[in-house]
Amino acid sequence: MQDYYREVILDHYRHPRNAGVLDPADIHTADSNPLCGDKVELFLRFDTDGRVSAVSFTGRGCAISQASASLLTEMIEGKTPEELKQLGKDDILDALGLENISPARMKCAMLSMRVLHHALGDDDWFRLEDEE
Amino acid sequence: MLSAIDRAQTLAIREDFPILKRQVHGKPLVYLDSGASSQKPAAVLEAMERYYRTSHANVNRGVYVLSEEATEAMEQARLKVARFIKAKSARQIIFTRNTTEAINLVAYSWGSANIRADDTILLTEMEHHANLVPWQLLAGRTGARLEFVPVTPEGRLDQAGYTRLLEQTRPKLVAFTAMSNVLGTITPAKQMIAQAHAAGALVLLDGAQSVPHLPTDVQDLDCDFLVFSGHKMLGPTGIGVLYGRRELLEAMPPFLAGGDMIREVHLRSATWNSLPYKFEAGTPAIAESVGLGAAVDYLTALGMDAVHEHERALVSYALERLGAVEGLTIYGPGAIERGGVVSFTLGDIHAHDLAQVLDSEGICVRAGHHCAQPLMEKLDVPATARASFYIYNLPEEVDALAQALEQAKTIFAL
Repeated sequence: MQDYYREVILDHYRHPRNAGVLDPADIHTADSNPLCGDKVELFLRFDTDGRVSAVSFTGRGCAISQASASLLTEMIEGKTPEELKQLGKDDILDALGLENISPARMKCAMLSMRVLHHALGDDDWFRLEDEE
Repeated sequence: MLSAIDRAQTLAIREDFPILKRQVHGKPLVYLDSGASSQKPAAVLEAMERYYRTSHANVNRGVYVLSEEATEAMEQARLKVARFIKAKSARQIIFTRNTTEAINLVAYSWGSANIRADDTILLTEMEHHANLVPWQLLAGRTGARLEFVPVTPEGRLDQAGYTRLLEQTRPKLVAFTAMSNVLGTITPAKQMIAQAHAAGALVLLDGAQSVPHLPTDVQDLDCDFLVFSGHKMLGPTGIGVLYGRRELLEAMPPFLAGGDMIREVHLRSATWNSLPYKFEAGTPAIAESVGLGAAVDYLTALGMDAVHEHERALVSYALERLGAVEGLTIYGPGAIERGGVVSFTLGDIHAHDLAQVLDSEGICVRAGHHCAQPLMEKLDVPATARASFYIYNLPEEVDALAQALEQAKTIFAL
């Protein structure tokens, strides 16, 4: 039985990286899981090369959702929108250190990823996710 | 308090429930989510299987023996349910899919014939979505208004508020829960029903949490409608009950239409079957009704007073034991006014994380808004964890819960 609450999750939950509001931001989106009240808001700024120069997030919710958001922001910096669109479910699971996750908690883990893809106008991403 | 629990009997009861022998994550199963759905005794499972093995056929009151047996099996179950809640006649027992469908039936069938624009339907702030959203749709269709009896900080219904709202809004219908699935609050249903009638209103009582756990007497309560689910009272999923006053049901138009609920059918018209069949369209959940009948037998043999006493003792113990966990907040009233439901939060640990840690110890609790988002908003918590007890739970399962909560505190460095 895997241990959900390993160090990396608790660490990012208690000490989220890149926490706070980015102002001004080029992109700013939010989403929530109405079922459990998790909420993540993502802020992105791009430089003249089209790469992410700054990223931050605010949010509230369970350890999985908030830790995922914090870990995601660490993956985002320096990437182009095309590179960001390549990020997927496995990147989050790898960062969380979990091989797989129950369907109920998958929504928590993927919330920030959903917010990112929605910010990039890539709404097909989470539709595919639902079909899996 | 704990002396009220007959340990020998509870152990014997546990033997009747095959699933309780399961292990989860290498730990014994500690099932504390009967409020969401109860486990099933072997007698219920065997009754359903026996039905399919020996007596199954469609219940169209057919001529051959099997069809007669199947019809008889279902009608026997219906009679058992009627007796269980002390209804005058089995004709007042309508089988639905669950509580939610039963409420929707009343909202559509009674509602469309009786609710007009500017009529008021009085609900409460503590209702489960099933006793809220159907009325929202009815109000939307008809232009009627919804009003809400407030919940006090202790988790009771504001009775002064109820009296005032009855007087001011003169509702056509009052719909409220007999026991809150979040707070465990047992509402003063008989008194509230009497007040509603005095003010000219009908009453639909949501018995989803109460009927499995408290003695129910619809004649004494004098409710106009009572709704409940089989799966919360040791029965299978897929079957629920609407009880209604005879004259009301007779006057109501059908809900779902099709076979079995008709008498004569021509190309452009049909006449309706008598009660209860008018409200049971299509092939019913026959095996499930047989299972529900067996569940009623099991509970009747225990006695609902004894069921209630067992839970009262357990919940008293739980309030005491959990109350000693530092940082734990328990929602709702004290043990006397409460059924076997305890909702809580632990520090700032999110309810889902809490439930996850408990799961790793084999403990099943529910976490979230419990289909009562308005109540969560009123309590000002996004989510709680909820432990709910039934006839097969033991005090040491409360101890296991308390210990696992201490563990959660360590993991989350509370």
